[in-house]
Amino acid sequence: MSVTLLIEQLLNGVQLGTMLFLMASGLTLVFGVMGLINLAHGSFYMVGAYATATVTASSGSFLLGLGAGIAAAASVGALVELLVIRRLYHRPHLDQVLATFALILIFSEGTRWIFGSSPLWLSPPSWLTGFVTLPGDTRYPIYRLMLIGVGIAISIALYLLISRTRLGMRIRAGESDREMIGALGINISKLYTLVFALGAGLAGLAGALVGALQSVQVGMGEPVLILAFVVIVIGGIGSIKGALLGALLVGIVDTLGRVYLPIFFQTFMPPSEATGVGSALAAMLIYILMALILAFKPKGLFSAHD
Amino acid sequence: MKQITRLGLGLLLSSSLVTAHADDVKIGMITTLSGGGSHLGVDVRDGFMLALEQSGRDDVEVLIQDDARRPDLARSLSNEFMQRDEVDILTGIIWSNLAMAVVPSVVRQGTFYLSPNAGPSDLAGRMCHENYFNVAYQNDNLHGAMGAYMREEGYERPIIMAPNYPAGTDALAGFKHLYEGEVVGELYTQMGQTDYAAEIAQIRDSDADSLFFFLPGGMGISFMKQWESSGVDMPLFGAAFSFDEILIKAVGSAAIGARNTSLWAYDLENEANDRFVEGFQAAYDRMPTLYAAQGYDTANLILSALETAHPDDKDAFREALRAADFDSVRGEFRFGPNQHPIQDIYVREVVEGDDGEPTNRLMGIAVEDIQDVYFEQCQM
Repeated sequence: MSVTLLIEQLLNGVQLGTMLFLMASGLTLVFGVMGLINLAHGSFYMVGAYATATVTASSGSFLLGLGAGIAAAASVGALVELLVIRRLYHRPHLDQVLATFALILIFSEGTRWIFGSSPLWLSPPSWLTGFVTLPGDTRYPIYRLMLIGVGIAISIALYLLISRTRLGMRIRAGESDREMIGALGINISKLYTLVFALGAGLAGLAGALVGALQSVQVGMGEPVLILAFVVIVIGGIGSIKGALLGALLVGIVDTLGRVYLPIFFQTFMPPSEATGVGSALAAMLIYILMALILAFKPKGLFSAHD
Repeated sequence: MKQITRLGLGLLLSSSLVTAHADDVKIGMITTLSGGGSHLGVDVRDGFMLALEQSGRDDVEVLIQDDARRPDLARSLSNEFMQRDEVDILTGIIWSNLAMAVVPSVVRQGTFYLSPNAGPSDLAGRMCHENYFNVAYQNDNLHGAMGAYMREEGYERPIIMAPNYPAGTDALAGFKHLYEGEVVGELYTQMGQTDYAAEIAQIRDSDADSLFFFLPGGMGISFMKQWESSGVDMPLFGAAFSFDEILIKAVGSAAIGARNTSLWAYDLENEANDRFVEGFQAAYDRMPTLYAAQGYDTANLILSALETAHPDDKDAFREALRAADFDSVRGEFRFGPNQHPIQDIYVREVVEGDDGEPTNRLMGIAVEDIQDVYFEQCQM
């Protein structure tokens, strides 16, 4: 139990949070602008990782692979919007859940059919491996620091996009009144495709970046998807600001809970029982957090539709 | 109407033709061929079929079905196999939770079950059965052997880690049972966890001299890649489940140097193993894993028993299985009183192969003639 451990775990929490934000921002945009629940968002995460792994393996360049991953996820997203999602906007949420769940199955089995069921190999490039020594003698992997950096850069870019550009204005307008912006003569179907592809591209970027750290395999998107849903519910559905805050909150609470709860229980319980109880409680912690926040703020921290 | 009767007669005739081959042996295989961890099932199947092919027998029919790692599906497949296809022998299940859902009712109804992988403690102990044979290992074996090995190698402060689910807690219990010393810490991760930054920081913060972990499938891949980039310098130990030939290729250089316990190694020198490894590579163009070796041994055990008796003569066939009169690819092989193996467990090290890809190299024997601790609870 030391200060360096705490600093390192806080960094880990922020890093998890920024990656969750990349997932959650797309999810919350799609829900906020189009009112669509998209369970297949995790599939774009997987598509991004697989495309990156394939292109990196054949070209030898991680950056090229990363570009390919984002492009692949965004174009698959645009295609899915044109072919399937478009027909779902006026359907009830239950139909949307059913249809996008079917998409998960199609993407998973399709990926297995093309790539086989063994995990693919993808590692960070050599110039991003290793670690740096931070003040206080904390060693931290360069790659994870880079992830935090990318997360912050994307957050700023998204903020600028939404608050300073014409597209952002339309997105904000779409969030507050969907029918009115159509009536004002804005090509709403083009806007929808664009927003959907943007969200898918961000998910693909997250999948590619995290895939290099974890494993690239079929079904890798679903656990992240569940966390991303928790994030947008906490942050307030449709709100980018809420997604950012929710993601950081979930990342930090989850990471610190996993480490410190077992240690906390060890102060008054035998070690093996304490780790059991502590890790079981840590697994529930973010859901408890969500329940607490919803009890006081039923629409989340920042609701887009007040 | 007449035609229908004729058709019916024809069907009757043809079905009686089928039963005329009553001497044929039918084997039902339920294994995981899709979904997470399907490379285990694929290898068991391929190893099993290779042995049959090499035997040249054409009176053994194998029916294969995919359980998609779902206990309910495995259960209904087993009913189908027993009632509709009337198989003599069932085999193939990879996962312990699926085995627990299927095996007890199968063996009670008088069908033989030979496990090519899963070895839950209940089936070795209080729920053992005369029709149940485990040809792979009891779940504790590999973890316990690693405990004994690390003790012998002089590691005094290991930290140990596993997912928080039955096989995970069993793995750590099995390790501690044969390590017979104090461990510095026990870490339980979540099932399916992908980010291990928090655990790695804790391991670094502890004063452990070694790490033993059990993280099967994709969890192990994620962990080892993150471990490598963390800069923690500590020897890694585990069971072969995290280090099969397919997984370590996905991990890459991060696996190099890790030591793992296995009941088999492809570079183990004996005649049966040479025949197996060469045959497997020729047939499937890849290096076999331990799961393929287990499937191969299971098939050869069945074939050896068929030499003396047909499964219809249950007592004679059971005796023939118990004798385990076949050339195992892992060297010596015999059954204990609970019909689980008594076998040597080996240590392998992950090294860089000739092609630059990581591969396992045999180092030696970790424990000779290891036997599970549950056989005393078994009353047959």
